[in-house]
Amino acid sequence: MLRKFAVATAVAALAITSVAAQAGPKQGGEMVVTYKDDISTFDPAIGYDWQNWSMIKSLFDGLMDYEPGTTELIPDLAESYTISDDGLTYTFKLRPGVKFHNERTLTSADIKYSIERSVNPETQSPGQGFFWQIEGFDEMASGDAKELSGITTPDDHTVIIKLSQPDATFLQIVAINFAFAVPREEVEKYGLDFGRNPVGTGAYKMTDWTLGQRVVFERNADYFREGAPLLDKITFEVGQDPSVALLRLKRGEVDVLGDPIPSANFLQEVADPANADLIVEGGLLHTGYITLNTTEPPFDNKLVRQAVNMAINKERVIKIVNGRATVANQPLPPAMPSYDTNFEGYAYDPEKAKQLLAEAGYPDGFETELYAMNTDPNPRIAQSFQQDLAAIGIKAEIKALAQATVIDAGGEGTAPMLWSGGMAWIADYPDPSNFYGPILGCGGAVPGGWNWAKYCNEEIDALAAKADGMASTDQAEARIEMWRQIYNQIMDDAPWVPVMNEVRFAMHSARIGGKDIFFTDPIHIPVHYEYVYSKDVQ
Amino acid sequence: MFRFLAGRLLQSVLILLGITVITFGLVFLIPADPVRMIAGRSATPQTVESIRHQLGLDRPIPVQYARYLGNLVQGDMGRSYVQKARVSELIASRLPATLQLMAAAIFFQLLIGLPAGIFASTRRNRPSDKVVMVCSFVGISAPQFVVGLLLIYAFAYKLELFPLGGYGTVWHVVLPALTLGVTIAGWYSRMSRSSMVDVLRQDYIRTARAKGVAEWRVILVHALRNAILPIVAMIGIDIGLYAQGIVVVEAVFGWPGIGQLAWLAIQRVDIPIIMGVTLVAAVGIVIGNLFADIATSLIDPRVRHG
Repeated sequence: MLRKFAVATAVAALAITSVAAQAGPKQGGEMVVTYKDDISTFDPAIGYDWQNWSMIKSLFDGLMDYEPGTTELIPDLAESYTISDDGLTYTFKLRPGVKFHNERTLTSADIKYSIERSVNPETQSPGQGFFWQIEGFDEMASGDAKELSGITTPDDHTVIIKLSQPDATFLQIVAINFAFAVPREEVEKYGLDFGRNPVGTGAYKMTDWTLGQRVVFERNADYFREGAPLLDKITFEVGQDPSVALLRLKRGEVDVLGDPIPSANFLQEVADPANADLIVEGGLLHTGYITLNTTEPPFDNKLVRQAVNMAINKERVIKIVNGRATVANQPLPPAMPSYDTNFEGYAYDPEKAKQLLAEAGYPDGFETELYAMNTDPNPRIAQSFQQDLAAIGIKAEIKALAQATVIDAGGEGTAPMLWSGGMAWIADYPDPSNFYGPILGCGGAVPGGWNWAKYCNEEIDALAAKADGMASTDQAEARIEMWRQIYNQIMDDAPWVPVMNEVRFAMHSARIGGKDIFFTDPIHIPVHYEYVYSKDVQ
Repeated sequence: MFRFLAGRLLQSVLILLGITVITFGLVFLIPADPVRMIAGRSATPQTVESIRHQLGLDRPIPVQYARYLGNLVQGDMGRSYVQKARVSELIASRLPATLQLMAAAIFFQLLIGLPAGIFASTRRNRPSDKVVMVCSFVGISAPQFVVGLLLIYAFAYKLELFPLGGYGTVWHVVLPALTLGVTIAGWYSRMSRSSMVDVLRQDYIRTARAKGVAEWRVILVHALRNAILPIVAMIGIDIGLYAQGIVVVEAVFGWPGIGQLAWLAIQRVDIPIIMGVTLVAAVGIVIGNLFADIATSLIDPRVRHG
């Protein structure tokens, strides 16, 4: 017996068109976006960085997507879907007539092929692990099987995915870039160069890529969503220093700064009344934290970890980043479901911190090391922590190193304290479980894992597994509450000092319009290229 | 001349081989794991290991080196770990821009450095000499990103004489080349000054002056011809200096050269690109030195017969 609960498709589709209809922007025009770093690839199975994440979302589509500007799931390449009562079988009906940029019509075989491609070890996809719950994953991930036994395609419009255990996050997983549909013939034609010759079903197609200089996207006239995208053409110019890009924006050569506004100019630009409509503020699904290695003394002592939580002056850090963040007291960022608005956390209290240290057997403090990435503002933030720690008798030596080296020290567990700034990835998908598994769960507390605190609480791991098994909609609220409890318990163990949640200030030219949220979209990070429009053609 | 060249070429090949060994060793000494950078934070240990195996990084380093060298000899520099594209293609697409910038920078550094040095040498220990030398010192010490941003702000943003960064026309190359040129011209002015001062002390200069040759001829013809030798050698060595400066200048001006490629590759521990760029830079330095040697021997017969 299948229970249909997603006939909300039509409503969702309406909601999408109404985004365009309300504002009434016309299609047309173009914009120029700059980035400091080069674009590495457009292959959705490979791309995993700040520049290409949202671009790939504009070139390709998955079974599911999110209502623009929100974290709410909607069907995308799927027209509708059903979930079996036991939460193990997902049946997706594909939207008819969707075409790849090469004119071929999308079929269910493409969906199966694309997900399998990300799981196939030969692809070397960083997203492989997201698909762990699909039946046959282990066999394929280890190279023993050539396909996922859990994905079947009874006809061209139907994809059935069987899971080995219920997973409440599974719809988020099929909305992630690594599950996006790619046409097999093009992948086979280009081989490893597919990432430079992307062919998808998305709102834009890539028409030119001059290595190290620019990438051009043009509107896909056959795109399946009515009224999207709004621009005819986007030119991405890469290798652009943010300070120079800002000058170019002022002169009208650039429309959107893909990178943050440079620190040196930030206060001045924000204070300038002329920029009132051009600078947009929005939260990111991001938390900056200090990890405390829970397996080695002195941080194997909970009291010491709690003391450090009370010793850190977070307000000062917010000042260091020019107010481009808010104070955090728990692992989850405020925009995430399960964020606990009533949670008080550890207030800044150096006196009490000293008491706790004494109680823990360190009345005179101790010496330790604090790892941090060596790019501004992270060394300055680390110095601020150093000062706070000195106030309660802890002498921390700062190790400011290159990103890859800090990540290595964290993974190997050789960093007693580690400031995550510059390395704290933004959430892969908007679900509380995404902040647990790899960075706080036992699975990540292995050599090379991203759980730098090496925190492993089996009891909480069991709770997390239970929460993610609550896959049906009537359990959704209970599940969110359960995750809230989980994070509260984690904060009692205090493996992290949550410090801040970054706020993104995006800047665009007066030529470009669109709701503020599209310039700081929580999913299409950093800009939702499909729903911003050109004022020139209105 | 042939023996001289053949000897130098053999030497160059050995140097390049040595560079591959050292770079390869250094890259593996960095306490950073390229596989973890590719795999990202959500990867399971199994994913990490399978990527490591795919890339052949689970084999002993000497085996990996032998494989790399074997492919290199056949002209294959491998593929980027992160971008998956061929390293040779990535470098080839960016090399022309870097060479263009270097040529223009050498032009500017000579245009500024040589006359300044010659001028200072003829006014030795006088106030104008001191002023030139202080300026050259400022040039040497100025951080290139500051000089670059100042030039952009003044000449591109305020005066609108040049484009705001980017690549394409001859106007685009002026400011980045000037940034490199100004900072390195400092060295050249100091070197040409001291070289000229040495030469101007010599007997044949006194003789030339005594027989009534015009002063400008003494300096520009008689003295300069000898004083220029160390400078020619310096240009060859300089290509190594550019390897440092060019990363910064390319980043400030959005210049699509190999410096930017190298910078990102280092961030991401993308070993094939790091190896490739280092090798190309080394070849550049070796060729630069070779040309300097040849040029010196052409100008000064003592070098080739000595």
